[in-house]
Amino acid sequence: MTPRALVVGASHAGAQVAAGLRQHKWDGDIVLIGDEAALPYQRPPLSKAYLAGDMAVDALAIRGADFYAKQEITRRDGAVESIDRAAQQVELADGARLRYDRIALCTGARPRRLNAPGEDLEGVFYLRTSADVEAIRVAARTGGRAVIVGGGYVGLETAASLRKLGLEVIVLEAAERVLGRVTAPQVSAFYTRVHAEEGVEIRTGAAVEAFAGDRRVQEVVLAGGERIAADFVIIGIGVLPNTDLATTAGIVVDDGVVIDDRARTSDPLITAAGDCASHDMARYGRRIRLESVPSAGEQAKAAAATMCGKTKEIAALPWFWSDQYDLKLQIAGLNHGYDEIVVSGDPTRDRAFTCYYLREGQLIAADCINRPRDFIFSKQTISSGKEVDRAELERTDSRVGSSR
Amino acid sequence: MSSVTFVTHEGESHEVPLDDDRSLMQIAVDNGVPGIDGDCGGEAACGTCHIVVDPAWTDTVGMSTEVEEEMLAMNPERHPTSRLACQMTAAEKWDGLVVQVPEFQM
Repeated sequence: MTPRALVVGASHAGAQVAAGLRQHKWDGDIVLIGDEAALPYQRPPLSKAYLAGDMAVDALAIRGADFYAKQEITRRDGAVESIDRAAQQVELADGARLRYDRIALCTGARPRRLNAPGEDLEGVFYLRTSADVEAIRVAARTGGRAVIVGGGYVGLETAASLRKLGLEVIVLEAAERVLGRVTAPQVSAFYTRVHAEEGVEIRTGAAVEAFAGDRRVQEVVLAGGERIAADFVIIGIGVLPNTDLATTAGIVVDDGVVIDDRARTSDPLITAAGDCASHDMARYGRRIRLESVPSAGEQAKAAAATMCGKTKEIAALPWFWSDQYDLKLQIAGLNHGYDEIVVSGDPTRDRAFTCYYLREGQLIAADCINRPRDFIFSKQTISSGKEVDRAELERTDSRVGSSR
Repeated sequence: MSSVTFVTHEGESHEVPLDDDRSLMQIAVDNGVPGIDGDCGGEAACGTCHIVVDPAWTDTVGMSTEVEEEMLAMNPERHPTSRLACQMTAAEKWDGLVVQVPEFQM
């Protein structure tokens, strides 16, 4: 019988696994199963260029339809309900059963719910899929005031995109500063300043208790009773990994589906990649579930190799990016556990600077705002583990003109 | 049909159809050219679509822009005719273009 690889989840990771299987000469069927009708598409632009209307829906597709046809990758709509590991079969929501030789779990993540009263009112949105964004764009067409719940990257990017569309925007953050989980206070203060300059009101320490309205949301009610008028609301308070399928199948899950450096789960026939996976990272000596496209791609490449009996380890340094207004933020590495910060440039005044994170004198991460050279420098330095010279880090634009 | 050829560091040639108005990165990704990832989707944020243009073609396709330059400046595999393929929109007159894919992307 022809070997069959099933890719569960037509996500960034799923699309990359399918492509990688062919690159590694998988000699058999490849079935890419997804529960969204569209071709696998890019999610990062959803809160950025796509929401702001600067990008057409066709441009979202990671690869054109031709690619899947030419590579003989079968796309199948539907959700996988269960995996019968003993029989090597999966069952789809429509009752169909598919046998498999290998599986890649690329089930992604779903928005964390606020679970506040009134959340089901019309005009309260989460933002994860292109369909979510299309609904938000319809709501935004009439203008008015958008209230964003959550001052993380998605919330702030959404705020910037809606400002571009001419809406009044308020961001409500429950913690004492925006981006509190992911950046240094200097970077949080910088984004707060820029959003204020762009006309977005950011309220911190603002815990949302409920949404009020008659059928359609009209007000956001804060703990303490204050009511804020809203024409629509977008909630962006993080995501939860989709691990039910793995858990039910008896595969080891700890926050995400646990994978090693070769994207192997506890079942030798099953790999996992992307937002649903929790990777034992040698670099950090702990398990980390990364929510980033580059990591999804890295893990997917390793998964495809593993499924073909080859070895490719997940080794690349994690990195991230975020676009807001004219700010291009590129983040190299993870800053967890930093004990020192070196700032190059003036984040209180300018729109270009870098915040370096060090631990015991070693560079571990950098937030680079409109400083691509610092980003590349940081990626290289962190990856190599080279010593850094603090004075060199501090020097503004130290690397400008260093080549060519 | 017009075409573009990507040559990998191993010397393997991939001749693929040249789609007008698509970025060269997207053309490579759509055709499964190895070594071009386009992780960031074409925002010049990742540097994983670095290619080197055959010098005979630089007049036709142009040199790197400022945003590309910023990303390429620190790249050890950088070459005078280096570009980021995501910042290059294909045109009919590119028929026959040859570009090299470096061994390592950023």
